[in-house]
Amino acid sequence: MNALLTEPFLVSLLYGAVTAGVPLLLAGLGEQMSEKAGVLNVGIEGMMLFGAYAGFVAAWYAGSFWLGFLAGAIGGAAVAFIVLLLCIRRGLNQIVVGIAVTMGFQGLTSLLHFVQFSRTYPRLAAAPVLALPGLSRIPILGKGLFDHSPLVYLSVLLVIALTWVYRATYLGLSLEAAGNKPSALDAAGVDVIRTRSFAVLCTGFLAGLGGAYMAIVGAGLFVPFMTGGAGFIGIVLAMLARGRPVWVLVGAALFGVSLAMTTALQVAGLNVPTDVVQMLPFAAVMVVLVLFARHSMLPPALGLPYVRGER
Amino acid sequence: MVDASLRQVTKRFPGIVALDDVSLTFRGGEIHVLLGENGAGKSTLMGLLAGMLKPDAGVIAIDGEPVTIDSPRRSMDLGIGAVFQQLLLVPSLTVIENLMLGGPWWQPLKRAAALRRFGELATVLATRIDPDAPVTALSLGEQQQVEIMRALWREEKMLLLDEPTSMLTPQGVEDLGRMLRRLRDKGVALILITHKLLEAYEFGDRISVLRQGRLAGEIDPQRMQSLSESERTAEVLRLMFGAGAHADARTNDAAPAPLGAPAPAEASTPLEAPTPLGPPTPLEAPAPLGAPAPLEAPDLAALTGRKAHRARPVDRRQPPMLRASALATAGDVGEASLREVSFDLWPGEVLGIAGVDGNGQKHLAEVLAGQRAAARGRISLAGRDITRGRVPDRRRLGIRYVTDERLGEGTVATFSVAINLVLKEIGTLPYWRHGLTDWNLIQESAREKIRAHDIRTPSERTPVGKLSGGNIQKVLLARELGAEARVAILNKPTYGLDLQNQRLALERIDAAAKRGVALMVISTDLDELLEISDRIGVMYQGRLAGIVDNGLSTGADAERKVAALMTGAAAA
Amino acid sequence: MTQLRVAGRTRIADGPAAAVLRVLIPVVLALVVGGMVLWALGKNPLDYYGYVIERGLMRRSGLQETFTRMAPLLLIAAGLIVAFRAGIWNLGGDGQFLLAAVISAALAPVLIGVLPRAATLVLCMAAGALVGALWSLLPAMLKARYGVNEIVTTLMMSFLGVSLSNVLIKLAFFDPDTTVPQTRSLPVDERLPRLFGTTVHGGVLIAVVVLVLVHLLMTRTAFGLKLQVLGANRAAAIHAGERVGRLTVLAFVLSAGLIGLAGAVEVLGVWGTVRADWNPAYGLLVVPLVFLARLNGYAVIGFTLFFSALMVGGESAAHRVGVPQNYVLVLVSLLLIFLALVEYLDQSRRKRQAA
Repeated sequence: MNALLTEPFLVSLLYGAVTAGVPLLLAGLGEQMSEKAGVLNVGIEGMMLFGAYAGFVAAWYAGSFWLGFLAGAIGGAAVAFIVLLLCIRRGLNQIVVGIAVTMGFQGLTSLLHFVQFSRTYPRLAAAPVLALPGLSRIPILGKGLFDHSPLVYLSVLLVIALTWVYRATYLGLSLEAAGNKPSALDAAGVDVIRTRSFAVLCTGFLAGLGGAYMAIVGAGLFVPFMTGGAGFIGIVLAMLARGRPVWVLVGAALFGVSLAMTTALQVAGLNVPTDVVQMLPFAAVMVVLVLFARHSMLPPALGLPYVRGER
Repeated sequence: MVDASLRQVTKRFPGIVALDDVSLTFRGGEIHVLLGENGAGKSTLMGLLAGMLKPDAGVIAIDGEPVTIDSPRRSMDLGIGAVFQQLLLVPSLTVIENLMLGGPWWQPLKRAAALRRFGELATVLATRIDPDAPVTALSLGEQQQVEIMRALWREEKMLLLDEPTSMLTPQGVEDLGRMLRRLRDKGVALILITHKLLEAYEFGDRISVLRQGRLAGEIDPQRMQSLSESERTAEVLRLMFGAGAHADARTNDAAPAPLGAPAPAEASTPLEAPTPLGPPTPLEAPAPLGAPAPLEAPDLAALTGRKAHRARPVDRRQPPMLRASALATAGDVGEASLREVSFDLWPGEVLGIAGVDGNGQKHLAEVLAGQRAAARGRISLAGRDITRGRVPDRRRLGIRYVTDERLGEGTVATFSVAINLVLKEIGTLPYWRHGLTDWNLIQESAREKIRAHDIRTPSERTPVGKLSGGNIQKVLLARELGAEARVAILNKPTYGLDLQNQRLALERIDAAAKRGVALMVISTDLDELLEISDRIGVMYQGRLAGIVDNGLSTGADAERKVAALMTGAAAA
Repeated sequence: MTQLRVAGRTRIADGPAAAVLRVLIPVVLALVVGGMVLWALGKNPLDYYGYVIERGLMRRSGLQETFTRMAPLLLIAAGLIVAFRAGIWNLGGDGQFLLAAVISAALAPVLIGVLPRAATLVLCMAAGALVGALWSLLPAMLKARYGVNEIVTTLMMSFLGVSLSNVLIKLAFFDPDTTVPQTRSLPVDERLPRLFGTTVHGGVLIAVVVLVLVHLLMTRTAFGLKLQVLGANRAAAIHAGERVGRLTVLAFVLSAGLIGLAGAVEVLGVWGTVRADWNPAYGLLVVPLVFLARLNGYAVIGFTLFFSALMVGGESAAHRVGVPQNYVLVLVSLLLIFLALVEYLDQSRRKRQAA
């Protein structure tokens, strides 16, 4: 057991947790915004995957990591635009369209990658890191938490920013109303469709960014299907966190640690099956749900298209 | 002062012309009542001004300038504030947050400024509401005041109210009247939409009457003052129903006579969806009144709000059919649950339940139907304890429940009329044998009920959601008031129906009572209850505050007592 | 474009011809748009489609493989129909499928030593169904008792189930004689019997029968109607006095049980064993098919045939035409979107006509 308290193990655990957790955080924050506004965005997995692909390709050809992140975010938003057209504008079933979009982009990114790179998986150079002055000197914590891509710090700042947006801006009120009582928002002179569209585009943007981080920073390459359900974990995080961004952060950290645990355990020379460790966060969440389950924690209008004059 | 006018405005909907060449002017410093029955075009007019609908022809002008109101936002920018029939507040937000809704989205909330404005309006309206209270903690009347504040939030210029009194106690109505008059004196143009004649007199400086989408006429403030009340009544009735109508209106003292008259066949309603199933079959013989008045006398009586009532001989010496003793329910936060409700219900009588919405009526209906568990207390049917019986058990014993949420829970909108007619009997004989469905029998019996109850539907396979509100209610009544019914609980049986169907529903209730069914009718419309009930119980904060006798000799006295009970005054 | 015109001009009433048209238009549109994607990427769409059809449907071996592929998909579809009709989003199919597969794979080689083949197969299928059903019990209870959203819980139980399957294979049921961790293999001639001298196993027959039974259950019985009422309007089900909690749990258990049966059939019919980290991820894949078929059991058979042929043909085409097999997913997704759009346009056109 002493092996678990060594510096290499802890650093690798923390570092890995951040790397694995940031995409989940971004996806969860994005999904949360959609859900707040009454849209159940099941297509988020597809948005992440396309973000990962677009981000990787941009970074690969342009040689710029920042362009990569930007392309990933825009790619995610482009996928969100499809969801927006079909679900928000046309009122089609959000779950069906979400799954269709996810599958479609699983297929499309595989195809695009194959056409460009055939069966090779070229690797990007290591992404630049920003060691936070002072903080990164702290033993263990510094190396594990404060020596990452700048995007990591921005993501954490985003948690604070979104908390503020939800609590203290007119936009926050509008999002809340769009999910809880869209007709009230409409009567207040705010376009419900536009509010929800905005939320869905933000979701795509953040999910795409998360996907790009996975490809550019996390893996350094693009592999078809590489998001591996991260989008779905994002949905779970958003639903569990209700409207609070900080709970998405907590959830993402929990999942990040468990995902990083397997690698860290190998570093420590222990051979615990990865699957057991990977089950832990899901099991923990189920236990929490069983112990504290109360009535539905979702906005009443979630998943329902809005038509003025109906209801 | 503001001056808003409609010039030759026309608005069509599929199958009907909702507004036909209507010209009207609304002025600041005046309470302008728009009067008309359901479907006369009042709400359409409101929708046009509030930016929810666009006119097909004609112009809306504000202060002489033609304007296009293509969105609620635009309507607000023009200084028009609207308070709709349903409350439009976000339940998860506080009062002040609800009021701040709709500000420029990229900006942080300007709470201090909002609180200042809140204070101003609270002074104008003379209300005392905590701006930081969650809206779910407010009474319906208070929530409506918040809605009024929101409508006036930008500027105190023009205020539209659609049937604002329907959810208020008599006291609340009085407060609202005071509030409206204060606003009028400040120069606000107020437009009050209602179908209740008495309210029109009470509030209106000017009354415009809409009839089948047309402006039937207007009584300006000078004439309002020069006419006596009976002259005004006659004038308005003439406008609403055409010449000759006022003569019948006088008959309202001759107790049951006009009300015993059969309801006119529904086919004469132009607003019903044109979905005939074969030739229209009148329920009963055509009206015997010789005069071909557009509507029959009972409807006029209903509109004046002074109705005679249907009395039935009830033998209360025999044991009651239904007895509730000290019933209580457990409720979620924000729900009014029952506390210590006891009453008896005899065969052949109608027990009206009055009260402001949300005082436990829903729980009362549900606990009697078996849809909600009783936390304490006892229910017995003809002496037999049924407290623990579930809906199907009680249904088998003859307890029926017509819910007020016709599409919400009463029917499955996407399913056929036929399925909805047997919705509460799934799995039972004769329609199901060993769990297998006999579709032929279900459809056959549906066709029969459609005929018997004059349900206007293209076929028994039509999704029930495509029917008009009146016909959906007929489906529910056909399902619940069958031959086996012994006790029927009806929640707001006429709510949202047009006049013809309101009459029809009341006829059905009366007929069931005469057959010996014990009925409970829950309604927020006191006039209706005074008409139909033998006794009227009043719900207040989950308790049955009292039961008032509404027998033949009581009359206006009963109304006064019920009104007192509704506000929580001491039991009668 | 011509197809769109057809939709606009023809009065699509509620007849079988209309139903076929409503499906045909999206299929053609999806193939056309999908082809345009291929063409834009420098591939010849006609080559691809031709090859897919030839490999998936025309050749005997391909056709056999297509039919074999249908078995698990049909059973999962049957399970999803039950859930979706009852308004329950069972998105946890992967976990239910895999766990059932692992348990029946572990059980079969043991049982075959003591029991006759038929008994072994039946018991293993029952075990699979039971395991699938058990794995849905927690989401079912949480939904029935507290109204906890089943999308979250089934997704999580799915992730859990997939991991647990791997743990079981690696730690409990591994075959010591193989290098890759996998369960002990059921000998080929002890698996589900082949049909009529083909390579297609009897599981396909079971799947079709089960699907038809589910369809009849939903359309001809009181239980089916109750589930449909629950799915269409939960409040109405409560109002009508149905035991909503019990119905919810039953729908869950039936749905997951059928998906579990799919896992067992796939193992007993095709593989005879489960390797670690094997996850065909059929659970989510079938969701669109079920919606394409509008929850109609018979239509599901058609769509599953179409999809299986695409999958089988697409796998061969990957090498030959240079289009990865996952491209099939693009077609299904386009199909789904076009189907939804056509339905939407049809509905709004009808609304206008009613006006």
